[in-house]
Amino acid sequence: MSPVVKQKGERFTLPSKYLLFILSILCVILLIITYKTNFISNTLNSVAGVVVIPFEKGISRAGVYLSNRTEQLKQINELLSENERLQKQVDELTVENTKMQQERYELTALRELFQLKDDYADYQMTGAHVIARDAGNWFYSFVIDKGSNDGVEKDMNVLAGGGLVGRVVDVGNTWSKVKAIIADDSNVSAKILSTSDNMIVSGSLEQYASGQIPFTQLLDNDNQVAVGDKVVTSNISDKFLPGILIGYVHEINTDANNLTKSGSIIPAVDFEHIEDVLIILEQKQYIEEDKNQNEEID
Amino acid sequence: MKKLISAAILIFVCFVLQSTVFRAISFGGIIPNLMVVLAASFGFMQGEFAGLLVGFFCGMFMDVFTGDVFGIYSLIYMYIGYINGKFSYIFYPEDIKLPIALIVGSDITYGLICYVFLFLLRGRFHFPFYFTHVIIPETVYTIIVTLFLYPLILWIYKRLLKAEKGSENSIV
Repeated sequence: MSPVVKQKGERFTLPSKYLLFILSILCVILLIITYKTNFISNTLNSVAGVVVIPFEKGISRAGVYLSNRTEQLKQINELLSENERLQKQVDELTVENTKMQQERYELTALRELFQLKDDYADYQMTGAHVIARDAGNWFYSFVIDKGSNDGVEKDMNVLAGGGLVGRVVDVGNTWSKVKAIIADDSNVSAKILSTSDNMIVSGSLEQYASGQIPFTQLLDNDNQVAVGDKVVTSNISDKFLPGILIGYVHEINTDANNLTKSGSIIPAVDFEHIEDVLIILEQKQYIEEDKNQNEEID
Repeated sequence: MKKLISAAILIFVCFVLQSTVFRAISFGGIIPNLMVVLAASFGFMQGEFAGLLVGFFCGMFMDVFTGDVFGIYSLIYMYIGYINGKFSYIFYPEDIKLPIALIVGSDITYGLICYVFLFLLRGRFHFPFYFTHVIIPETVYTIIVTLFLYPLILWIYKRLLKAEKGSENSIV
């Protein structure tokens, strides 16, 4: 077979092995370019937003409707008994609530005294529907129906049910891709709320089935961290805003080096059934700004 | 032209289904890999050329919506399509054993490549776990879905073959 374009009748055809070669090189170039910049993914993302997203939106909406209906039928009986139980709980909680309210006044007063702000509540957020999941089995990411048109940007944090879900890794005009914290290649800098000990929470496919996320490098010399402690995002993370709930400690083991501890936490979010998420429209930008300033000074 | 349109529609529909409907009916969080079925079957039905192009575009969809760096899935699927194209010389539409064997082989190969490039290189050495919990379930599920999807692809292939023969007789 000659390397030049082969003539067959009136049509020009390219031998497939040369096409394979050309496309392979193209892929490798794309790999390198997208590793360094996000120029290509931006163009492709807007194309994909026009072509695929409307269909995925439609299907997922229909799917949500159907699953909601079946759930409704299933749950009617459960709900009746649960309602009774909850009514009792409401009574108990009302009493507790009044107590808490009193304490809250005290807290606000104290906060004002310390001039602390409750950041978590002040974030501006926007809601979004999950319209598609990862099409492979290796990682955990999903697509939501809000994009750059709604003010979503890369690296914004995503919450659901009061806990951290992940962060936006790719943005199109009307959609964005969210990588969950349980994905195998995700790492979050976290801390134990009660003791402020830092650690790394890294997703793992191996523990995914058991509903846990492993953590490592916890420095806890005083042995104060216990099972059930709250784990939140730490102040030193460069992608995640501080103080967002990740989950609760489930297991702690001392590492072989006798200095650090590792174990697993149970996430606050039910990753199997995510349908709606909240996106915090604020980023942890100051680190980059600081870096720029430093560079300018240098 | 007809070939192109039917391939484009198939890729599109399969991808949308894979990321929405099949997620909802997944077994233990595992979904079938329709993209491999498409790339492989276009390969052994219509030759290397069609296989590698279909594989490339299947991979592109995966890259845009799931991958971190663009191009890795395109590359993997393209080679799957191309290598399956090598078997187009011994493919007969009546025989179901070869397609099934090729699709199983392709899916396992795909799983192994994904493991090596996306997991092993990041220091995840526990291969038996990934093999028994991701690769094998995915292959089994894919085969079950293939039993329904493959006749459809075969039907389209036969229709196209007929149309091609017809047009050759009438025009040439």
